Amino acid sequence: MSVPAPSATLPAMIPVTPGARSAARRARIIRERIIESVLFLAALVSVFTTVGIVYILVKESVVFFQQVSIVDFLTDTQWTPLFDDAHFGIMVLLSGTITSSLVALSIAIPLGTVIAIYLSEFAPFKLREVAKPFLELLGGVPTIVYGYFALLFVTPLLQYFYPELPGFNLLSAGIVMGIMIVPYVSSISEDAMRAVPMSLREGSYAMGATRYQTATRVVVPAAVSGIAAAYILGISRAVGETMILAVAAGMQPNLTFNPLEPAATITAYIVQVALGDLPHGSVGYQTIFAAGLTLMLFTLACNIVGHAMRKRFREAY
Amino acid sequence: MQTRDLAAIRKLIAAHKRWDAVFGVFGLLCLMVGVLAFASLFADMAIRGFDRLEWSFFTSFPSRRAADAGILSAWVGSTLVMAVTAFVAVPLGVAAGVYLEEYAPRNWMTDIIEINITNLAGVPSIVYGLLALGLFVYQFGLGQSILSAGLTLALLILPVVIVATREAIRSIPQHIREGSYALGATQWQTVRYHILPYSLAGILTGMIIGMARAIGETAPIITIGALTFIAFLPPAPVSAEPPYLSFEWLMSPFTVMPIQVFNWTSRPEAAFQSNAAAAGFVLVFMTLAMNGLAIWLRYRLRKNIKW
Amino acid sequence: MSVPAVLVRPGTRADAESRIPKAEVKDLSFYYGAFQALRNIGMVVHEKQVTALIGPSGCGKSTFLRCFNRMHDLYPGNRYEGEIRLYPDNTNLLGRDIDPIEVRMRISMVFQKPNPFPKSIFENAAYGLRVRGLRARRALEEKVEQALRRAALWDEVKDRLQDPAFNLSGGQQQRLCIARALATDPEMLLFDEPTSALDPIATASIEELIHNLKDKVTILIVTHNMQQAARVSDYTAYMYLGELVEFGVTDEVFIKPKKKETEDYITGRFG
Repeated sequence: MSVPAPSATLPAMIPVTPGARSAARRARIIRERIIESVLFLAALVSVFTTVGIVYILVKESVVFFQQVSIVDFLTDTQWTPLFDDAHFGIMVLLSGTITSSLVALSIAIPLGTVIAIYLSEFAPFKLREVAKPFLELLGGVPTIVYGYFALLFVTPLLQYFYPELPGFNLLSAGIVMGIMIVPYVSSISEDAMRAVPMSLREGSYAMGATRYQTATRVVVPAAVSGIAAAYILGISRAVGETMILAVAAGMQPNLTFNPLEPAATITAYIVQVALGDLPHGSVGYQTIFAAGLTLMLFTLACNIVGHAMRKRFREAY
Repeated sequence: MQTRDLAAIRKLIAAHKRWDAVFGVFGLLCLMVGVLAFASLFADMAIRGFDRLEWSFFTSFPSRRAADAGILSAWVGSTLVMAVTAFVAVPLGVAAGVYLEEYAPRNWMTDIIEINITNLAGVPSIVYGLLALGLFVYQFGLGQSILSAGLTLALLILPVVIVATREAIRSIPQHIREGSYALGATQWQTVRYHILPYSLAGILTGMIIGMARAIGETAPIITIGALTFIAFLPPAPVSAEPPYLSFEWLMSPFTVMPIQVFNWTSRPEAAFQSNAAAAGFVLVFMTLAMNGLAIWLRYRLRKNIKW
Repeated sequence: MSVPAVLVRPGTRADAESRIPKAEVKDLSFYYGAFQALRNIGMVVHEKQVTALIGPSGCGKSTFLRCFNRMHDLYPGNRYEGEIRLYPDNTNLLGRDIDPIEVRMRISMVFQKPNPFPKSIFENAAYGLRVRGLRARRALEEKVEQALRRAALWDEVKDRLQDPAFNLSGGQQQRLCIARALATDPEMLLFDEPTSALDPIATASIEELIHNLKDKVTILIVTHNMQQAARVSDYTAYMYLGELVEFGVTDEVFIKPKKKETEDYITGRFG
């Protein structure tokens, strides 16, 4: 009796002889390994990116710090890299970053926290379903548009109340930046609060507490490390923001902590240099990498701490 | 319980519930601040820029005369850069996400990769610009081109695509995989015929969110050196004569929508501010449309998938 | 802490005092949305007695218990029909004009899984007092100590009242939750399967505690453990599929049940 020929619809995948079977098996294994390696390399790209960032920042900064001492960099009170008598005091740019971030956070943190508590504990379901996507959209507006808003809407509005306000100032930029960061803070805080188990809330309500009492005395304390993580990530976002400040705060380095003045932040300075014409390899060119390195170190620290807190909080519940 | 005590309790509760009501109103007010900000932003741009939103605006190059200026080079540039970004970020991101969810063992290497991805999500976009400037533009010699910009933005949105892919894959229940393996499928076959198709919607959502983010990014593109005044288009990718496909456009100088907005916003003349408003309106509209699409997709996803 | 003997309590409590009603349930029905979870329940809860609710999983005993302190109001879509009258003031706990918070200030609850707040032991016990506006330090300390003593926890924690409550063992946490519920001198105490998450020794200590508390506060306890109901309660209600099948003095229900369904459940033929 002859073996019937394989039907046309069945793939000829099953080899008949033992030799052919193990050869096919080996081929399959090799194919699977290759695919896995390709996927692994794709995953490694993220590591390469970090390595690339560190490499390029450090490489250019090292050259920079061969010409400018670290002490000067950290303590000089002037930032004039393009003058003949060049000064490289990062403090000047830091003051702009710190001031604008403080303004932003003094808006984003209270507003974001209250909104988070409200959405998590008070708001009816339908309102939450509308508010959450809306906040996502708010956070998705391109920052250049926020910059436009700060320069051409908020500043004139503020000048209506305070006519001496200069056209470029840290206050407008800070306010708009704060509004931009609110969705960040509120969504992470709200996630933290929603992760608090219902049994804790029931325990509080069963004692006769109101929603406000339960929210403030039980839910928020239980979610505190997640909320702190939200704040830290918000700080990181504020420090790293570029366009709002480049457009609305002016790009004039100015050592000040007064939000009513124009000033350049670390990020705005980098933009300014990039817009100009700096020859590759000049000290002016390298300043942006030194400034970028400072920025990177700070936001990296914030992000690591923030994520560690978030992870620890998730494990607790 | 005496009636006297009951009355005291009722008074206490009323006082507490007043706080409840106050906070309820306060929370709503805070939400309204956001709504108000958004509304005034939109309204301002619409009012200031509405007149400029005509056909010629979309088909003209920028010009020193505000009334003649348009966003042609900007939106074409944005489209081309987005094409490169998507072409690079989506395969890389999906591949990385598949690896991390289906293949990666729980060891230190995997931990490092995951830590990296989380950190990269929080790196300021301008640092990506510095990376691109030092590495892509100079070290690799790709120049101030669409290719550099596309690669940079791809790296920027990579964490978004990876996270979206992972979440989509995670929501596939284990019994689907087991069913596939039980039939003798290899790991890759399971991924290709089951995991990927089922997570496609989630991946798509992540991709759209990533692109919406990339389209509005200014800082990294400026840092690479996109010129702000471009009065020409990059060479066309397709042409009527052989070779029909060309890649010259990858190495061409260019500009993008956010940079055009930046350029016009920085000019003091009111006429240019109108242009900025109009361009900004178009940009916001595109971003919102993409984000809205992603949100809607996610909502439909949640309702439709029944395992 | 000695382990009490596991027996059906001999003798009934037929004193006139034990017949004073603390609460009366009149024709109570409850709906989760469109689904009717409780059907026309009528029952009396006697003052300063322990009443147990028993029945197989899903029979509605927890649902019934939670009607007493209006916990269902926390979730949308729920509906009560009928009344639960609380004496001596004859207030209908389920009345629409009665604030659930007021109900919860008179009736406390202990949950299945111990749920201490992320606060110190002292602050956990004092929580209900603070919610009622009591702020004076000395008064708080007195009441907290009294509550912790009644919950048989004082000796174990008196030197570490500021420690986080999470550091306590499961049984201690549950006793802390009981202390928390007791600190406000509630008229009625609801227990929702309070020992199902605990080991046998902790369970025994809680049962002894319930026995000791009975003289001061009316207790309604849900338990899926029949032997526990027999050990601890004076009155027992057997529920099945949202209905009250039988209610009576514990000894009678366990030794001479009136209904066949009750007998089947108790003898293990069913459930």
